[in-house]
Amino acid sequence: MSSNPKALLTRFASSKLFWPLVIWALLLLYNLAFTKGFMSIEIREGNLFGSLIDILKNSTQIGIIAIGLTLVIATKGIDVSVGTVVAIGGAMAAYLIGGRLVIVNGVQHYVSNVPMVLAIAGALGITAVCGMWNGMLVTRIKMQPIVATLILMVAGRGVAQLITSGQIITIYYAPYFFIGNGHLFGLPFPVYIMVFMLILTVIVTRRTALGLYIESIGINPTASRYAGIKPETYVFWTYAFVSICAGISGLIVSSNVHSADGNNAGRLFELDAILAVVIGGTSLNGGKFYLGGSVVGALIIQTLTTTIYTTGVAPQAAEVVKAVVVFLVSILQSKSFRDLVFRTVTGRRRVAVQ
Amino acid sequence: MIPGMTLNRKYLPILVTVSLFVLLYGAASVAYPYFFSFRVFYNLLIDNSYLGIIAIGETFVILSGGIDLSVASVIAMTSMISAVLLEHAHWSPAVVIPLALAAGSTLGLIMGSLIHFFKTPPFITTLGGLYLSRGVCFLMSIDSITINNKFYRGVAEARIHLIGGFVSVNVLIFVAVIILAIILAHYTKFGRVVYAIGGNEQSAVLMGLPVGRTKVLVYTLSGFTSALAGVVFTFYILSGYGLHVDGMELSAIAATVMGGTLLTGGVGYIFGTVFGTLILGTINAIIVFQGTLSSWWTRIAIGVLMFIFIAFQTLLAGREARKSAAPPKVQVQGSGP
Repeated sequence: MSSNPKALLTRFASSKLFWPLVIWALLLLYNLAFTKGFMSIEIREGNLFGSLIDILKNSTQIGIIAIGLTLVIATKGIDVSVGTVVAIGGAMAAYLIGGRLVIVNGVQHYVSNVPMVLAIAGALGITAVCGMWNGMLVTRIKMQPIVATLILMVAGRGVAQLITSGQIITIYYAPYFFIGNGHLFGLPFPVYIMVFMLILTVIVTRRTALGLYIESIGINPTASRYAGIKPETYVFWTYAFVSICAGISGLIVSSNVHSADGNNAGRLFELDAILAVVIGGTSLNGGKFYLGGSVVGALIIQTLTTTIYTTGVAPQAAEVVKAVVVFLVSILQSKSFRDLVFRTVTGRRRVAVQ
Repeated sequence: MIPGMTLNRKYLPILVTVSLFVLLYGAASVAYPYFFSFRVFYNLLIDNSYLGIIAIGETFVILSGGIDLSVASVIAMTSMISAVLLEHAHWSPAVVIPLALAAGSTLGLIMGSLIHFFKTPPFITTLGGLYLSRGVCFLMSIDSITINNKFYRGVAEARIHLIGGFVSVNVLIFVAVIILAIILAHYTKFGRVVYAIGGNEQSAVLMGLPVGRTKVLVYTLSGFTSALAGVVFTFYILSGYGLHVDGMELSAIAATVMGGTLLTGGVGYIFGTVFGTLILGTINAIIVFQGTLSSWWTRIAIGVLMFIFIAFQTLLAGREARKSAAPPKVQVQGSGP
């Protein structure tokens, strides 16, 4: 059946990835028509440059977090602390690397405080601890996820500023900049990180029973427990995982701007990441999750932002457009709205159970 | 069970809140001379009146089992609307203030309607409200606009003399809001329905209570109090700016939670929220008095306090639930994998 192209098309149209991709395609089409030079990609020093590449590169910061957040939301949880964890991860990496330029015999050498590998491990380590803290509050103390992560969201900014002593730490260590700004085979390096994280997560959740467990916990934790799944263990590790994702995003952000700002790094990331997951088709009520959808969601948000910037509207007005998107998405996902539309279109009540 | 014991248990979280405030204020008074004075206490009220007002609106929403993330951004929107209309259009404050209040209430009404009629998640819907009101500010102006209106200046500088000091008009508005909110929450039909919805929405519907209307009204009320807080804040700061009180929605939620209101809905007191606000204010005042402590310690302190409170509440609620609930019956739906 799958060899039949028509059947494949129907299958694609009914898949959850269809609508996010259509929205993205529409956005790109709009730009193709109205934004000059949007689609042009030029090659400079063997690397690709252009609006599309920029969108791809900038969407990774939200996209990587959205991958981890998808799993948390699938368990009927939520993590509002990811923006703060981005700041903590970036601050830790910047603190450990620091770095300075030393000129020995006329040759420039970059010297870091600790080896870069250790610094990255340290940054990801501290963010993992943040995630485990969230996971512990949710699974052991049984706090509501939004409240539990709210605590880290508030206090974590303080911790990030504590690491940077309230200042913006500038990083002087060129190899570190590769994470956020480097190119590999013509494409920006962060894109590879996002693709790697996506493939890794898809394999781990879809090639094993893990994804099924996570979905069943989101749909009915009690039933899952009776089926022999320990919800606590899996929920705990989803929170740890999303924090590590946020830590990776923090590395990209700090490497991108060559500095770490405990106060402003990752500001409002949690909202964008949640929006990306929701646009991608994963419901905030937990259950079925769509990792690819979340990444497309991040791409849509970034394309939207870039579109607004290039059309010459004040950048701040982007928030109004975002608001409209939030309202539209939440209405479109609402079952009562769909039923209403269905009734008006067909003129009768919906009989079939979905 | 002794009846007195149940009463105690019901008031336990709020007792903890009040004792913590007294303890915090007492400790600060011992540590810093002049902290224990009317003037410092009055300043606490003056500096936190707008936070208190949004926290009270937030309390109603949380009591009904929802959440409102737009409260702080509505303050910014109100300050911006006021500034633009007063300074650029030269309208009279008698028109501007009702208009600003109406704008906030309308936003609340729209969000409440979406949440009720389309069953959209409150978190996402009010997040949309947050983006919208901040965005509207920047559409009007991306700069901060100073307000030189005579009436606004007059209100800002007015001093109401009390024993040992003075308070501003804002404090009077805050106190009026507290009294009205307590009456609304505990002595009206509306208040009882709010508690009933937060306790169990299904049961409230089955009891024939006006659930839909009340839910829409709760968000409208929160929109109104946020706009009122916006007016109060504009009196306080005398400028309109899109980035005013950035992130304060979290302080409002924190004040509510520290006041003993459960985020699951149905349990809590307006009075507790007032003390939750005062605790946040006291922490800030202590940091100012201490002088050498960096500002980020405020956030860490608020985080730690929130953790202690919520952990305490959650453990308490968990014990209650275990005590009242019969051993759970096995309910396996469908077959296992």
